[in-house]
Amino acid sequence: MSWQAILQAGALALALFITVPPLGNYLAAVYGARHGVDRAPGERVFGPVERLVYRTMRIDPRREQRWTAYAASMLAFSMVSVLGLYLLVRLQGSLPGNPGHRPSMSPAGAFNTAISFVTNTNWQWYAGEVSASHLIQMLGLAVQNVVSAAAGMAVAVALIRGVVRAGTNQLGNFWVDLVRTVVRVLLPLCLVFSVVLVSQGVVQNLRGDRVVATLDSGASTTQHIPGGPVASQEAPKMLGTNGGGFYNANSAHPFENPNPLTNLLEIWALLLIPFAMVGAFGRLVGDRRQAKVLALVMAGILVLITSLASFAEQSGNPRLNALGVDQSMSIQQSGGNLEGKEVRIGAAGCGLFAGPTTGTSTGAVNCAHDSMTPLGGLAPMVHMMFGEISPGGVGVGLMGLLIYALLAVFIAGLMVGRTPEYLGKRIQAAEMKLLTLYILAMPLALLGFAATAVVLRSAHTYQAGPHGLSEVLYNYASAANNNGSAFGGQNTATTWYMSTQGVAMLIGRFFTIVPALAIGGSLAAKPKVPVTAGTMPTNTALFAGLLAGVAVIVAGLTFFPALALGPILEHLKL
Amino acid sequence: MRAFVRQLRPALLVFVALTAICGVVYPLVVTAIGQTAFHYRANGSLVRRNGALVGSELLGQTFTAPGYFHGRPSALTDTPIAQVSGASNLGPTSDELAAAVRQRVTAYRAENGLPATQLVPVDAVTASGSGLDPHISVANARLQAGRVATARGLPVDQVMALIAHHVDGRMLGVLGEPGVNVLRLNLALDALRSNQ
Amino acid sequence: MSTTTAFPGSAERPPKVRTKAPATSTLFDRDVLRSAVAGSVRKLDPRQMVRNPVMFIVEVGSALTTVLFLRHLRHGTLQENLFGGLVAGWLWFTVLFANLAEAVAEGRGKAQADTLRKTRADTVARVRQADGSIVETPSSALAVGDRCVVAAGEVIPGDGDIVEGIATVDESAITGESAPVVRESGGDRSAVTGGTRVLSDEIVVRISAKPGETFLDRMIALVEGANRQKTPNEIALSILLAGLTIVFLLAVATLQPFATMSGAPQNIIVLVALLVCLIPTTIGGLLSSIGIAGMDRLVQRNVLAMSGRAVEAAGDVTTLLLDKTGTITYGSRQAAEFIGVHAVNPGQVAEAALASSLADETPEGRSIVELALQGFGLAAPCADGAELVPFTAQTRMSGMDFATGRQVRKGAADSVRRFLEAQGAHVPRELAPIVEEVSKDGATPLVVIDRVPGEAWRALGVIRLKDTVKLGMRERFDHLRTMGIRTVMITGDNPLTAAAIAAEAGVDDFLAEATPEDKMALIKREQAGGNLVAMTGDGTNDAPALAQADVGVAMNTGTQAAKEAGNMIDLDSNPTKLIEIVEVGKQLLMTRGSLTTFSIANDLAKYFAIIPAMFAVALPQLAALNVMQLGSPRSAILSAVIFNALVIVALVPLALRGVKFRAESAASVLRRNLLIYGVGGVITPFVGIKLIDLALSALGIK
Repeated sequence: MSWQAILQAGALALALFITVPPLGNYLAAVYGARHGVDRAPGERVFGPVERLVYRTMRIDPRREQRWTAYAASMLAFSMVSVLGLYLLVRLQGSLPGNPGHRPSMSPAGAFNTAISFVTNTNWQWYAGEVSASHLIQMLGLAVQNVVSAAAGMAVAVALIRGVVRAGTNQLGNFWVDLVRTVVRVLLPLCLVFSVVLVSQGVVQNLRGDRVVATLDSGASTTQHIPGGPVASQEAPKMLGTNGGGFYNANSAHPFENPNPLTNLLEIWALLLIPFAMVGAFGRLVGDRRQAKVLALVMAGILVLITSLASFAEQSGNPRLNALGVDQSMSIQQSGGNLEGKEVRIGAAGCGLFAGPTTGTSTGAVNCAHDSMTPLGGLAPMVHMMFGEISPGGVGVGLMGLLIYALLAVFIAGLMVGRTPEYLGKRIQAAEMKLLTLYILAMPLALLGFAATAVVLRSAHTYQAGPHGLSEVLYNYASAANNNGSAFGGQNTATTWYMSTQGVAMLIGRFFTIVPALAIGGSLAAKPKVPVTAGTMPTNTALFAGLLAGVAVIVAGLTFFPALALGPILEHLKL
Repeated sequence: MRAFVRQLRPALLVFVALTAICGVVYPLVVTAIGQTAFHYRANGSLVRRNGALVGSELLGQTFTAPGYFHGRPSALTDTPIAQVSGASNLGPTSDELAAAVRQRVTAYRAENGLPATQLVPVDAVTASGSGLDPHISVANARLQAGRVATARGLPVDQVMALIAHHVDGRMLGVLGEPGVNVLRLNLALDALRSNQ
Repeated sequence: MSTTTAFPGSAERPPKVRTKAPATSTLFDRDVLRSAVAGSVRKLDPRQMVRNPVMFIVEVGSALTTVLFLRHLRHGTLQENLFGGLVAGWLWFTVLFANLAEAVAEGRGKAQADTLRKTRADTVARVRQADGSIVETPSSALAVGDRCVVAAGEVIPGDGDIVEGIATVDESAITGESAPVVRESGGDRSAVTGGTRVLSDEIVVRISAKPGETFLDRMIALVEGANRQKTPNEIALSILLAGLTIVFLLAVATLQPFATMSGAPQNIIVLVALLVCLIPTTIGGLLSSIGIAGMDRLVQRNVLAMSGRAVEAAGDVTTLLLDKTGTITYGSRQAAEFIGVHAVNPGQVAEAALASSLADETPEGRSIVELALQGFGLAAPCADGAELVPFTAQTRMSGMDFATGRQVRKGAADSVRRFLEAQGAHVPRELAPIVEEVSKDGATPLVVIDRVPGEAWRALGVIRLKDTVKLGMRERFDHLRTMGIRTVMITGDNPLTAAAIAAEAGVDDFLAEATPEDKMALIKREQAGGNLVAMTGDGTNDAPALAQADVGVAMNTGTQAAKEAGNMIDLDSNPTKLIEIVEVGKQLLMTRGSLTTFSIANDLAKYFAIIPAMFAVALPQLAALNVMQLGSPRSAILSAVIFNALVIVALVPLALRGVKFRAESAASVLRRNLLIYGVGGVITPFVGIKLIDLALSALGIK
């Protein structure tokens, strides 16, 4: 790896160090403020907008909800969103704002797309250039980019309230949390970020394709220069850990990611809010060190995976060396495995993006993951299999790591001779039942569907050999973890994949959020146990190591056999 | 269940409200700002020659003539409706990939008059991630310089200097990787000729 | 144990703690083992196994492999059949070892309980009927409410309260303490236990428990297998284990399609072996025996727990309420000094004190007499015709009125002062400072006054009664503090004395001049702060507090009401036992946690043993994962299975004995146990499987 690439990673880390703490404090202030009682920051500017929305919705923002009502609100909102988006894409051909005359989507395609964007997955079986009109991108997809992120952040805050509060069953108001997140956090950030992106070359217009004759008339090709409101979608795509891009090539497309600066900014953006939520958590529970422990675990896993991906890609594809290809790193070329990559980004830059994008539930790509080396492709695959906790999607990432923390506390807490407790709340049978449900959801969807797909002949759309198994595993891992990136070589636009991945996305999103909210409700009702010398400390480096170990070991034990037959075997066969 | 039904009305109302705010107001505001403050960028960094649109600074195009520098292999898909960006998505152990690379290596050597022992830069024989990569590596450009110079009757040194002039280096010294913008380089070559 | 007076009442001599023979000897008890082996086979009944999902899966797997082995027997090679048979056999061993652990634990529990039960030999009770006649009934046919007459030399037929009479009772059968104790009707020492022997006088006992439903019987039911209910923490852990089992089931079941796709479809026997090795069989198999052994360890310490939940709560206790007298101090105060007021010399005080204590039967009184006689060489005054003035709660004084007309009294300082003022007598100025100085020292001051006929009462001086803090209490409280447990001393003493003793003993806090209502309020306050409270008690007035506390230990000598209110009974009636109860509770949870960690950590090595073995033939590249360099695919799988079974047996002693308990902070306990069971759990199977593999190769099994 070049020293510049290492410095680039350092610059990313520095940018996060500087921006995460203030945003974390801001988030804590926004969520901690009770409506009408405390003054959340930005009250004068955003207050009127929010109040207008509450009036339109006819809800009382001062009323809080029990976990059942909170979950019901979130589910209702998701269902309405799915229906709304489904209708939009099914009627796309007849709606205005379609300069490129894109047709309506098929029912299966609409089903998959609607679920995909509402669950923050943003799995795109379709290619944006042919299947999505500007209106749909703006009004349907970009909107879900913003609100699905807000919904994820809201449920995480509800869980935090469950941990912090004692002796109550009120977890907050989902509608208030949702609206506040959109108005005070996401939209301001998206506005600024999208303008920055435009300044660097990300397009933002409402016209259709321009067809031009290329410079080399002898080549007798034309070029369709696409248009579209890309920057305004790109910003929430990254900031909301969505990943659903405007064009098929996602962040490899120069109009979505024109230069190395936008590349770094996009990576920074997708990591910003997930880490900031951890900071907010620390502030809300009143113990910064608890947050530092969680952040340490997230960062540790993230750095390891990203390093693996970067190193593997920079080392190149050994098979090509035998064919006379020069993959070495020198002044004149960056080298490495460049199949499916862009020159301005490079092989190491692909790894630098692939790690964070699969550690959060973003799933945007700046290179083709299917073309990565076996170890390079193993890295993002395994990263998703950890359950998206490093740092995970906006909100739901913190939620996932907190659930893992409860698991780690349970196992280790028994070892110090007390009923396990986390931040003063005892972990008992009711919590374990819900926790087990949470932990089972993703592996069930992933392995269940993957195994079935491998058996069914109609689902045999993957490449031959162990790489094919990698494709199936990766694509279901992406769906079940609400990631959305793909090993794109496999044709997943068949009815089988569109429906099973749709179901996997639903399971991955709601069979985790609802148990987590139930745990929040259960914890909120408990009394707080005082911290004594007999309490197992959860704000030490030892606990950080324990937590990381539990997350890695549980995922490892579940997926090792499948991985052994996929990417690991492919690597050994290289 | 009743709790769910009760929440459907606020859900619908907030969905409409947020769709209006995030789907109409927000993108229109961004478009307005983009079009006014960054007109060139917001509209695709379009490049014209003699008033005619020839492409975008950010997008790669196909060059086949010996007098032009050639870009990277592309997996762009042409459909009646649009050109779809994308990559080949071939796996590293794929036979199809090996065959394609072998063929490209042979063609590259033949095209540029290189001996059979010459190692070919990887970006020249692998498909890009978007199919629209505007850059090639400096090594790739330098290996093509001979052919281009011969085709245009220019001294090789001048071509090499032109290459050096069109390298997009790392931003801020450490971000990204350096590359040569093929469209701008070829336009500069054409400008040379028209000056001659 | 009353605590509200300057005289602690007739406190018992501090009871000895009976130490039983060490536990390990019963581990290898022949009889227990033999019946346990039989029991482990009996437990194979699927209806029983279902209650333990993890081991049930192992049983199903064993049956499946056996069937497959038998079906393949005819057309398999010798090596194949040997492999299939050995795997099936060792899978059965896995189940049997787990059952054995549970059976051994139950057997030991039964053995302990039987020794206690033996004290309840069937006797003949003499039941007094409503009309006054006596009917002889066997003790097993007694009903609640029966009034039994028990005379000297007879055995008390069942648990109950004395309603008439007073007697000395030999409770050695229960407590091992052969010194007789006094039991009488009314008051706090009315409870008697079945199986103890009346030594003198006659009493009428009202039976309070049906035979078979005594506290001892209830505890035995908690330990015995069939009706044993899972405790809350056990349920939570079982849910987790079941969840992990489902995950591994999923991983193994989906492995077959992936393997088939890769060209290496797997033999079902191998898949079953992999599954059994992955699921947490170590903790799954030992979980019930850990719980039983934990309860058992309480019985060894002569504590009966009324529910498993109480034992777990004991481990979570954060506040301990301890009575001062008898728990923190030796309980019987000794006269140490006589101090005179101005112009009165100690000898005079001694003489008056002696006079006032002649008829005082309490240890305090006797110590005053002893100190006066021996320390000052006085002779006892003539007590003929003297009238004893007894101690009352109102006056809080006692003494003697002599035939000569002289009156002497001693009592608590404030009571005596009030008395003197009421009598219009002079209260010397030096009295208050002396009383204060004695109190500050942690001793109890008794003021001595006397009156000669015709003259006013005069205050002579102060007797210093020293209450000695038991040896080693400070260290115990320090241990508790490192474990994060707060100690609160409850006493009826005045605040100054209480403060001094509290400082000397090293408790965290104290409650002085405590009434039962004060105790209750304290418990509620602590619980409101999120603490779990443990306390001991014996009197009926303790019952509400015992019920309110999270761990309420009733003394066996206490009233029935107290025993019903608490959730544990200390047969030794030793208040310091509370500390040991907390340790047993913690140790129980620690053992569970350590073995769970060990069980999961083991899985790493098993994957590295079995996965390469499974695919060695069809996918030779995966041999790179064979880090242990195991001999052959079959021996690798077999070694893992054998290790999995042996580790259960190897850990049975640890499960039964419990993880070693040290009084440390949670952070250091975690570090230590994580190192031993976490890191150790990762490393051990790598070594173990390799060794077994070498042994198999040596035996020629490939």
